[in-house]
Amino acid sequence: MKSISNHQKPAVSDSPVSARLSEQELNAAKNARYQAGASNNWGRYLWPVCALIILLVVNLVLDPSFFSLSYQDGRVYGSLIDVLNRCAPVALLAIGMSVVIATGGIDLSVGAVMAISGAVCANLLLTPDVALITVLFVGILVGIIAGLVNGSLVSYLGIQPIVATLLLMVAGRGIAQLINQGQIVTFQSDSFAFIGVGNWLGLPMPIWIVVGMLVVTQLLLRKTALGLFIESVGCNASASRYLGINDKAVKLFAYIIAGVCAALAGMISAANIQGADANNAGLWLELDAILAVVIGGASLVGGRFSLLLSVLGALIIQTLATTIIVSGLPAKFNLLIKALVILMVLLLQSEKFRKQLNGLFSTKTSNNKFGEAQ
Amino acid sequence: MMAKRFLPLWITTGLLIVLFIIGSAQFEGFGSLRVITNLFSDNAFLLITALGMTLVIISGGIDLSVGSVIALSGVVCSVLITQYQWHPVAVFALVLPLGTLFGALMGVLIHEYRLQPFIVTLAGMFLARGLATTISEKSVEIDHPFYDAVSDFGLLLPGNAWLDASSMLFALLLIVIVVIMHFTRLGTNIYALGGNEQSAVLMGVPVKKTTISIYAASSFLATFAGIVFTFYTFSGYALAGVGVELDAIAAVVIGGTLLTGGSGFVIGSVLGVLLMGIIQTYITFDGTLSSWWTKIVIGLLLFFFIVLQKLLNRNNKLHA
Repeated sequence: MKSISNHQKPAVSDSPVSARLSEQELNAAKNARYQAGASNNWGRYLWPVCALIILLVVNLVLDPSFFSLSYQDGRVYGSLIDVLNRCAPVALLAIGMSVVIATGGIDLSVGAVMAISGAVCANLLLTPDVALITVLFVGILVGIIAGLVNGSLVSYLGIQPIVATLLLMVAGRGIAQLINQGQIVTFQSDSFAFIGVGNWLGLPMPIWIVVGMLVVTQLLLRKTALGLFIESVGCNASASRYLGINDKAVKLFAYIIAGVCAALAGMISAANIQGADANNAGLWLELDAILAVVIGGASLVGGRFSLLLSVLGALIIQTLATTIIVSGLPAKFNLLIKALVILMVLLLQSEKFRKQLNGLFSTKTSNNKFGEAQ
Repeated sequence: MMAKRFLPLWITTGLLIVLFIIGSAQFEGFGSLRVITNLFSDNAFLLITALGMTLVIISGGIDLSVGSVIALSGVVCSVLITQYQWHPVAVFALVLPLGTLFGALMGVLIHEYRLQPFIVTLAGMFLARGLATTISEKSVEIDHPFYDAVSDFGLLLPGNAWLDASSMLFALLLIVIVVIMHFTRLGTNIYALGGNEQSAVLMGVPVKKTTISIYAASSFLATFAGIVFTFYTFSGYALAGVGVELDAIAAVVIGGTLLTGGSGFVIGSVLGVLLMGIIQTYITFDGTLSSWWTKIVIGLLLFFFIVLQKLLNRNNKLHA
């Protein structure tokens, strides 16, 4: 590969295309592109942040004490903290899901992986003479194994991601029930429960776990070339392969991240209830996670991701759920409103719909710009 | 080539027969006509849903909303019959077109706005389930002479086997769908669309009309399945049919339909549902195996069939 690129270097600089464009023109074109990219980036943050602010303002109107925080027994209390705390599992899943979606895949198995890791941890805690660190390690190992299974099915067997992860989604809950012997396994372990209900520096532990995972993943993906590789594979896997990117390994890696995030989320929810419920742990959370990523503005086709936006998406979902409760509407409207929100977000992402919308708003001025309209 | 196309179908049929023989040899009463008719009547709603799912998957799409549509259709039926005293036939005449419209709207979104079927039908799933819970959170019982008549209607077969109305309705729908898929232009268009959308456009396939028809048909069948489900349970419940979409997708894959679209048979999905049903029956007869083994076995089966499809496809590509 190296020798080829060396041979091509002089050829490129002599090519007619670059000869025709002057240095200045090239720079101008480059600058325009950078600027377009930059403004685009801003736009990506604008809508989700606006949505969250609107939701928070609605909450404030409905319940004036919504933003009030109080400090008691070494922990900050308040509705905002509750929202952050409750959205932790979905936020964790959304971090992993956004990486997988960026590679052009999807992971339906995260809910089942949550159930498995919860079940494994609960049973290990019941076994005498197992150190807490081993339990945590094995729990995360479950996520890594799940990611390896999903990832190798997708990249090495070339199975469609929806189908490959559907396998573990169906079988995973069975495996979790098998580990639990069909029962809800409860345990008494204050140290393990700490990751679900404990506090550190005045904030609930799940929030710290999300922040930690967010920072670690962000550093791993954005401070190394991995993130770029992931986006490149998501844009075009075969083109990336010709560039020398090991697209299969990159995909495998993405599913492992998703698996680890799911395992962590599973441990949090097991620690929360001090028990492992194979049937209900993480049930349908994969859909919420996908939704969070979509609300965060990532395209399901892949090619780009923003971990922060996905976590923001998870926050929006949780705030919406809280808003519905605060507003006094029965909780049964939750799904309906969620569905309408998804539809709106989806339509706003569609180019044609935006054009139609623009057409609606610009009809008054269209007479002046008749020539430009085409 | 021909044989290869049918290979997954033969394997599913073979497994079905082998399991039936093993069951019959092991347990008394397993190898009877009654077990077979029960297989149909217990799974009638899933069979009907799987028919629609097959169309969608052959066209290269996916429909996650079917489970919720079943629940919505059941809830609307039961509320109208029980609380508003409508006649069931009038209710069906209202619910079926509405369900079809629901699917058609999803089709419009998918085609017009170039949205992924996966996410549009996911939204549809939330919407239908949300509507169902909004209408009634509690299970609504249906007590109507018409339902009694439906449950009394059936054919007594030898061996005390009972072919009920739901199974007959399913058989009717199966014939209609098979005719549509193999003897009409719409069927050819669906296969073409799943094979390659660009080529389909170039060949003059009306993509918009076909896409909308496919999702409309899937929702129609899911609505129908919801009605059949009320025959089975005599009630409508907003949380009914959770996860049915996954069972239907699994049945379609086990039946040998390619998930990338363009190839597969409706009858394969029927065999897929029956295979899953017979595994369940076997586990029930056994009594010592726990029900979660069903999930694991179905997962393994799925894996086996997906790998099989992959291998078959690889060979096809080499020959082409």
